[in-house]
Amino acid sequence: MNRIDRTFKQLKKSGEKAFVAYITAGDPDMDKTEEYIYTLEEAGTDIIELGIPFSDPLADGPTLQEAAQRALKKGATVDKIIDLVRKVRQKTSIPLIFLVYINTILTYGKEKFVESCVEAGVDGLIIPDLPYEEKDELKDVLDKTTLALIPLVAPTSKDRIKTILNGAKGFVYCVSNTGVTGSSSSFHQSIDSYLHYVKSCTDLPIAVGFGITHKKDVIKMNALSDGVIVGSAIVRQIHKDSTQLGTFVKQLIAK
Amino acid sequence: MNTKFGTFGGQYVPETLMYPLKELEAAYEEAIKDEGFIKDYRYYLSEYVGRPSPLYYAERLTRYLGGAKIFLKREDLNHTGAHKINNVIGQMLLAKRMGKKKVIAETGAGQHGVATATGAALFGLSCTVFMGEEDMERQQLNVFKMKLLGAQVYPVKSGTRTLKDATNEAIREWVRRVEDTFYVIGSVVGPHPYPTMVRSFQKVIGEETKEQILEKTGELPNVIVACIGGGSNAAGMFYPFIHDEQVQLIGVEAAGKGILSGQHAAVLSEGANGTVGVLHGMKTYLLTDPNGNIKPAYSVSAGLDYPGTGPEHAYLFDTKRAEYTAVTDSEALEAFNLLSKVEGIIPALESSHAVAHVIKIAPKMRKDQSIVINLSGRGDKDVQSVQVLQQ
Repeated sequence: MNRIDRTFKQLKKSGEKAFVAYITAGDPDMDKTEEYIYTLEEAGTDIIELGIPFSDPLADGPTLQEAAQRALKKGATVDKIIDLVRKVRQKTSIPLIFLVYINTILTYGKEKFVESCVEAGVDGLIIPDLPYEEKDELKDVLDKTTLALIPLVAPTSKDRIKTILNGAKGFVYCVSNTGVTGSSSSFHQSIDSYLHYVKSCTDLPIAVGFGITHKKDVIKMNALSDGVIVGSAIVRQIHKDSTQLGTFVKQLIAK
Repeated sequence: MNTKFGTFGGQYVPETLMYPLKELEAAYEEAIKDEGFIKDYRYYLSEYVGRPSPLYYAERLTRYLGGAKIFLKREDLNHTGAHKINNVIGQMLLAKRMGKKKVIAETGAGQHGVATATGAALFGLSCTVFMGEEDMERQQLNVFKMKLLGAQVYPVKSGTRTLKDATNEAIREWVRRVEDTFYVIGSVVGPHPYPTMVRSFQKVIGEETKEQILEKTGELPNVIVACIGGGSNAAGMFYPFIHDEQVQLIGVEAAGKGILSGQHAAVLSEGANGTVGVLHGMKTYLLTDPNGNIKPAYSVSAGLDYPGTGPEHAYLFDTKRAEYTAVTDSEALEAFNLLSKVEGIIPALESSHAVAHVIKIAPKMRKDQSIVINLSGRGDKDVQSVQVLQQ
């Protein structure tokens, strides 16, 4: 069983919600990223999403754009990030997901990328610019593996949701609003009915991301879903004062 | 509708945009089948833009170069000074038809921004134009014009602060305001249906050219030359000639300081080493580093300063129906000067790239042969920066 499925199964058993933390790999450097992964796990994070920095991150707001720029300036590359995963895998079995733009994969080579992910111990991929209509791009290479392509749905997806979720793996990433990452914590006006509808379309766990900043957001979204994904708020905390990262995450998770 | 040209194009966008893209595709398909819509489009092209634009026989340039007859398709004479307005009229009519109140656009040289601001004024829509800070410095006159026309100009500070980043920012803004905003893309780039739609609103250039050249010479031209950034003027010019196999189609990219220098904006030309990837929602040839990051493009001409090309050009390149070559900044500047002196026509720096290539090929052709240059825009906007460069 894939580590993502195992984690959600355990959480369900104990009646808990998932906390998914995003960090940009290589911001400010690879050693620090490794350290943050352990800190996040220790603070109670269930799944870690590692962003592979890209020069033109279309789905990201200023916080994650700047993080990617910092990482790229420090020389972050796909190879170095895969090496990091290999290293981390020796010490932890926490599910690791790559947030990666499709151009990075196409340039690196689809097969080589997927093979390296599997071999290093990556459990899933989130590709923000690979919608359902283009997912055949990776179908052949992904079908042979247990690597989950995490589907994204948005409040504008409407009748597309059923199609998108048919045969999906891992969990469903529900985008909380129209907009880019880290926008604000004002969620879509019909967030409740939207999340209910997503839930009714799938047996997979659903997690909500984009703009989740404060404890009250976590509480609200946990009540409507199986967990939350927090990115920009964590990246901002790291940039501001990384020594308080564990404390920051603990207070977000605390019941 | 087919979303791809061969394997190029497609819709590589965040999920949030898929619904609005489908809505746009449906509205566009319905509109182009509606006689009323086409009638309105034609009305504004003739009464407001001033079409048809002349196909001018450049007799003095022809004599100067001593080879093939050279014709200039005078898109520079359009209202707002470039071909960009043709597409804007089409998209504005569509925005109105879809009930959108706001339009956003990206711009490089500022020509598309000015055209969009103009269209927004004409149709009473509110307009925000995203423009890289570096381009705003290079094209101050166009920034002023957009403001004069009532548009807001949003300075883009991210990345290379040029067209590529202005496009990213415009797409992000569209994701945010998708429910009431229409995104007017200025070139044959972006996710489907934009490349097809923009080309269809620009194909009037090629259609008129075909009619005009047949009237003037009784035959099709041997060669058609157009400059390429994203590639909208070239796409609009080439399209009606695609099946006329005897007509050679040449797209001219910007070689900047020379392809070997690495400071250029060419992706299809020999030595440019463009790689197939995804940017701005489309799969096409791009300038990328080995880690998949987009390399900054460079050209003296802001309108050609783009690290990719439209997906239809990628397809025409792969199928060898069109050829792509590049000329340097200094060759383009020579052409800028030459056309000004010999014909009394100051071309845009973008269009000067097409003229520069013709300076190379016309003398080698026979006098009974003919070349059409798509003179996509006028050079007023560039006069100041050329003055600085030549001091």
